[in-house]
Amino acid sequence: MNGRRTFLRGFLSVLLSGGAIGGILKILPSKAEAREAPPKGQKWFGFGVSVDKCIGCARCMDACKNENNVPREPFFVRTWVERYITRKNGQTTVRAIAPGDEAASETASDKTILRSFFVPKLCNQCASPACVQVCPVGATFQTADGVVLVNEKTCIGCRYCIQACPYGARYLHPVSHTADKCTFCYHRISQGLLPACVEVCPTQARIFGDLNAAASPLSRFLRMNKIHTLKPGLNTEPKVYYANLDGEVR
Amino acid sequence: MGKLFEKFPDPLARLIIVFLALVAVGATVYFGIIPKPVKDARIQWADAVKREKARPVKYAGFHVCQECHGEITNKKKAGYHKDLSCETCHGPAKAHTEDPDKTKPVIPTARTFCPQCHAYNPSRPRGFPQINPVAHNPLKPCTSCHNPHDPKPPTTPKECSACHGEIARTKAVSHHVQLECTDCHQAPQQHKVAPRSVKPSKPQTREFCGKCHGKDARDKLAKSAPKVDMAEHGEKYVCWQCHYPHSPEVEQ
Repeated sequence: MNGRRTFLRGFLSVLLSGGAIGGILKILPSKAEAREAPPKGQKWFGFGVSVDKCIGCARCMDACKNENNVPREPFFVRTWVERYITRKNGQTTVRAIAPGDEAASETASDKTILRSFFVPKLCNQCASPACVQVCPVGATFQTADGVVLVNEKTCIGCRYCIQACPYGARYLHPVSHTADKCTFCYHRISQGLLPACVEVCPTQARIFGDLNAAASPLSRFLRMNKIHTLKPGLNTEPKVYYANLDGEVR
Repeated sequence: MGKLFEKFPDPLARLIIVFLALVAVGATVYFGIIPKPVKDARIQWADAVKREKARPVKYAGFHVCQECHGEITNKKKAGYHKDLSCETCHGPAKAHTEDPDKTKPVIPTARTFCPQCHAYNPSRPRGFPQINPVAHNPLKPCTSCHNPHDPKPPTTPKECSACHGEIARTKAVSHHVQLECTDCHQAPQQHKVAPRSVKPSKPQTREFCGKCHGKDARDKLAKSAPKVDMAEHGEKYVCWQCHYPHSPEVEQ
């Protein structure tokens, strides 16, 4: 009787102190919380896409691959352009275009097509990013200026973030085996340059800027257009803003 | 302390000693051996930001080129390609700005290059200048007729179809084939210079279509045109709000 009580007391104290040690050591990394836009004067980067200006030339995809050493295979992309074809029977087909694609001339005489257009896509740099929430090792995070980055030193390549991203903006880099995504060309924008895709876009369909700046091409873009974001119902608060977006685009 | 231990039964006292030793080892490992960046994600993130910022830039940016190539930049500024960055066609040129003699940007001359933007594709915005690369002067390099820094058609197009090919082709097989674009649209000269800033006019009144399609139309082309009673048909709408004039529907 006495022996059992002693044992139980000892066992319990070991359990408790074990829990306390775990608490002190903080075995799990701290989770990043979604942040509000910082006060005026600090940078909070955003992006604008004018859908009706995109000509689907894929210069942006090419420039992105040049600038960021993205693998040349068409499957790996940080930014891509989708071609939407809506038919008169209401069906919509979407295909990502590839640089050097032959123009699909067969659709020119296709009278079943109601409308068709291009939509450029990239990481939405969400203010409340799902990918950051799911990362088990804290390898993906949001910078002070609102860009979501991947720390390739700590990324374990588990692909949770690739699954979690509602926009399909991430891929697993075939060489480093870590998650990779658009960074708004962080190395360029921190020097005051434009992201490579914005730099080369021949029709100014892509606009980059600081959402906190009173005067910038992006502020004007947001002021002059009716703006939509992708999948607003998911509360990810994307910072890529679309003008003239079709309802079929997700 | 000794008295306290005496109160515990012997096995438990040993257990506590082992436990305290474990805590001590754990603490030394955590505070002494494991480096700080491993424990604090914020340090890792700061490192990652530093690494990200240190990546090499490959596109020099649009304002750099004019420092040396002022003449050609000014020429480009006045033409249709004014919004294009030099690097859109010539590729990444940061290396060229650092050592102009060692690396030269590419000069794309292949006939496949310009059609990346200018090949006809029905998904492209209306009015964007497009050609059919198969039918458009086969095998001739684009630059033999067009100067890419000031792209103009060899002669200023009198035909609207130079840009509005899709509409021209549609109209060519429709019942309106005999109508000229200018019969219905007036395009100010400025529209040919800055197509999006000044748009051509569209017929604003019902009476305009009524000249041919009204019940008692007298226009010389109106003989075979289908007639409606303008007073009763369509009411408040301008005709083109329901009918597509470039390919008017035919009743069976």
